[in-house]
Amino acid sequence: MTDEHFLDVKDLRIHFPTDDGLVKSVDGLSFHLERGKTLGIVGESGSGKSVTSLGILGLHKGGHAKISGEIWLDGEELVSASLDHVRSLRGKKMAMIFQDPLSSMHPYYSVGDQIVEAYRVHNKVTKQVARKHAIDMLDRVGIPQPERRFDSYPHEFSGGMRQRAMIAMALVNNPDLLIADEPTTALDVTVQAQILDLMRDLQRDFNAALIIITHDLGVVAELSDDILVMYGGKAIEYGTGADIFERPEHPYTWGLLGSMPRLDREPTERLLPIKGSPPSLINVPSGCAFHPRCAFEPRTHGKGKSEVPELIESEGGHLVRCHLTRDERRAIWETEIKPNLEATL
Amino acid sequence: MSEALLSVDGLQKHFPVTKGLLKRQVGAVKAVDGISFEVRKGETLGVVGESGCGKTTTGRLITRLIEPTGGKIVFEGRDISHMSQGKLRPLRRDVQMIFQDPYSSLNPRHTVGAIVGAPFRIQGVQTEHGVKRAVQDILALVGLNPEHYNRYPHEFSGGQRQRIGIARTLALKPKLIVADEPVSALDVSIQAQVVNLLEDLQNELDLTYVVIAHDLSVVRHISDRVAVMYLGKIVELADQKDLYKSPMHPYTNALLSAVPIPDVKGRQGRERIRLQGDVPSPLNPPPACRFHTRCWKAQEICKQVEPPLVELATGHEVACHFPENAPAKGDAPAEAGATA
Ligand SMILES: Nc1ncnc2c1ncn2[C@@H]1O[C@H](COP(=O)(O)OP(=O)(O)OP(=O)(O)O)[C@@H](O)[C@H]1O
Ligand SMILES: Nc1ncnc2c1ncn2[C@@H]1O[C@H](COP(=O)(O)OP(=O)(O)OP(=O)(O)O)[C@@H](O)[C@H]1O
Ligand code: SF4
Ligand code: SF4
Ligand SMILES: [Mg+2]
Ligand SMILES: [Mg+2]
Repeated sequence: MTDEHFLDVKDLRIHFPTDDGLVKSVDGLSFHLERGKTLGIVGESGSGKSVTSLGILGLHKGGHAKISGEIWLDGEELVSASLDHVRSLRGKKMAMIFQDPLSSMHPYYSVGDQIVEAYRVHNKVTKQVARKHAIDMLDRVGIPQPERRFDSYPHEFSGGMRQRAMIAMALVNNPDLLIADEPTTALDVTVQAQILDLMRDLQRDFNAALIIITHDLGVVAELSDDILVMYGGKAIEYGTGADIFERPEHPYTWGLLGSMPRLDREPTERLLPIKGSPPSLINVPSGCAFHPRCAFEPRTHGKGKSEVPELIESEGGHLVRCHLTRDERRAIWETEIKPNLEATL
Repeated sequence: MSEALLSVDGLQKHFPVTKGLLKRQVGAVKAVDGISFEVRKGETLGVVGESGCGKTTTGRLITRLIEPTGGKIVFEGRDISHMSQGKLRPLRRDVQMIFQDPYSSLNPRHTVGAIVGAPFRIQGVQTEHGVKRAVQDILALVGLNPEHYNRYPHEFSGGQRQRIGIARTLALKPKLIVADEPVSALDVSIQAQVVNLLEDLQNELDLTYVVIAHDLSVVRHISDRVAVMYLGKIVELADQKDLYKSPMHPYTNALLSAVPIPDVKGRQGRERIRLQGDVPSPLNPPPACRFHTRCWKAQEICKQVEPPLVELATGHEVACHFPENAPAKGDAPAEAGATA
C-alpha cells in the first residue's frame, strides 16, 4: 500500500462559501485507484460525490471554492497545479462522462464534429484522419451506421445513443482515468445494461482507471473492484466489493442495503428504511454526521453525538468510520442486520 | 377473487403530431394503443416498462385527467370514458394521483396546511372539527408533525415533501390512488420510508393502488399483480409471483435479466439477455408484434400478425407467438386458445 498509486487522493477538502454559511461538500476525503481497476462511489444525495469528481478534473479551479489536500495522478499533484496545466490533461490523461449528455454536448455542432475536435486537441492530425478515428469510435460504442450518423446533431439521437456518443467522446483520446458520474441514471434498464457492458469492455481494452459514481448499488456491485461509501462529505466506509456487500460494517451502509427491495431475494414483508433525512452540510450534525439517524448511536455511550469518528482500518484495507468497536459491528451485522435482510431467503 | 373497482377495455390515447402554421396533422403518437385490464378492490397493480411506453399516459387516462381516443374506462360500474368535467367532479374525490416529482408538484407559496386542505375547500367538504383539524389528522397519518401546518414546502426534505403530496391525495378519502413513480425522485435511504408508508396506508384505509414505476424491484415489492408495457401495449399481465418467477414474454425476460443485482458473488454467474438497440419511437411503432425489432426469438409471423394478449396460465396473460416458460398445452386454461 505504500507504493505509488496511479490516482491518489489525500485529505481532499472542497468548501463553498455561501450566503448561508460554509458548505463543506467534501471534507477530508482520501482514496486511491490503479489502472485497469474500477472504484465505485455511492452515497446519499448531496454527500459530495459529484463535487469530488469535478474537483479531480480541476473544474472548481478559478471559482470561489476553497480546495485543499492533494490529488496525485500518475505522479503529478493537481491541487497545486495551474489551471492551464490541469486543462491540458483533460481528455487525454483524464476524462469524464456526465449524467446528462444533452447538456454536456454542444447542441449546434454535429456529434461527429465534436468528437473530431476533442481528438484534435491532443493529436496533430488532419481532419480526415480524425474523422476516420471518430467514426471508428462511434462504431466501437455501438452506434449503428456510424458514417451516416456522424453528421447528426445531439438532439437527433435517442437517450441511449447520446450516452454512447458521450462515451465515444470521452474515450476518443484513450484517457488513463475515466470518471463516469451517474452514467446510466437517465437510461432505461435494457439500455443501461448495454452501456454497462460497453464500459466494462472498453475499460478492459484501454486499461483505464475507472471511477463510477451512482446511487444504484446494483450498478456498483457489477462494475467495481473497490467501493467508497460517502455521507456528509466524508468517506464512512471504504473497501472491496466483498467488504461492502458481504461484511459491511457501517450503520449507514447497513441502512442502504436494508432500504432496497432486491430482485435476487424473496420480497420481504417490510423494507428497513433509514429514519430521518439527509444532513445539512452547513450545520453538519455534531460528532458522527450520521448520528441523528443511527439506530446504534445509544450504544456508543454519547460518543456518537460528541466526537467525530476516524476512518479506521477494520481488516485487510477495509476502512470504517464508526465509534462502535470492530467486534460490536461484526456482531450487530451477523445477528441483527444480516438475518433481517435475508429473512425469507 | 375480489370484484373490479376499475376496468379498462381497449383503451387508446393518440396524441396528434402537427406541422406548420396550419397545424396540419401529420401523424399521431400512439402513446396508449389498445390496452385492457382491471384493478380489483384492495389490490395494488404495478405497471412497469421503459421510458415512453405509455405508463404515465395510462395513469392520466384512468384518473380522467385526459380523455381517451378510444376504448372504455369503467369505474365502479359507471362508464367514465367521456364524462364531462362537471359530471367527473365526484370522481375526482374517489380517484387521486400522486406525482413523481415532490419538488415541482407542491406550490412553494402555499403552506402545508393550505396545500393539504385545498381539496376540502375545492370540493366544499364539511368536516367534523373544521378543516385544520382534519388536515392535522392527515399529517399525523403520513408521519408528519401537526406543527408542520404553517410551514412551506422548501423547509422539507424530499421524503417529507412526498409525504405532503401523499397527505394531499388522502384528504378526500379516495378509493383508488394512481401513484406515478412515487419514489424515483427520492434518495435511496428515503425510498423505503415512502414505500412502507404507502403499504401502511393501504392496510389502514383499504385503498386500491395503481403504482407506475420503472424500478422492477420496487414494483415487485409493492404489487399484487403487475402489467408490463411496451410501446403503448400491455405485453404481459400476471400475479407478481408468477411474473417474476416465470416471465413468459421475451421482453419481460430481458427486462428482468437487465436489472443489476447488488451482490458481488453473483456477477459472473448470472445469465443475461442483452437486447440490441433502443426502444423504437411510438410515432412509428413496428408493425404486428412491436417488440420484433429487438426480439431474439422473432420469426416471420411476428412481423405479420400481432399476437393477442391471452391467458396462458391461470391469471397470467401474455401477448407473444413464442412465449417462454409457457405451460404444456394441457395445463393452459380452456379459453386460452391455441396461440402457444
Ligand atoms: N458551487 C457550489 N456552491 C455551493 N454549494 C455547492 C456547490 N456545488 C455543490 N454544492 C453543494 O455540495 C454538496 C455536494 O454536492 P454534490 O453535487 O457533490 O452531491 P452528490 O453526492 O453528487 O449528490 P447527488 O447524488 O444528488 O448527485 C451539495 O449539498 C451541494 O448543494
Ligand atoms: N401531451 C402529449 N403530446 C404528445 N405526445 C405525448 C404527450 N404525452 C405523452 N406523449 C408521448 O407519449 C408517449 C408515452 O408517454 P408517457 O409519458 O405515457 O410514457 P411513460 O411510460 O410514462 O415514460 P417515462 O417512463 O419516461 O415516464 C411518449 O412517446 C411521449 O412522448
Ligand atoms: S459512530 Fe455512532 S452514530 Fe455514527 S454510525 Fe457509528 S454507531 Fe452510528
Ligand atoms: S411475438 Fe415474436 S417478436 Fe414478439 S415477443 Fe413473441 S417471439 Fe418476440
Ligand atoms: Mg451528483
Ligand atoms: Mg412517466
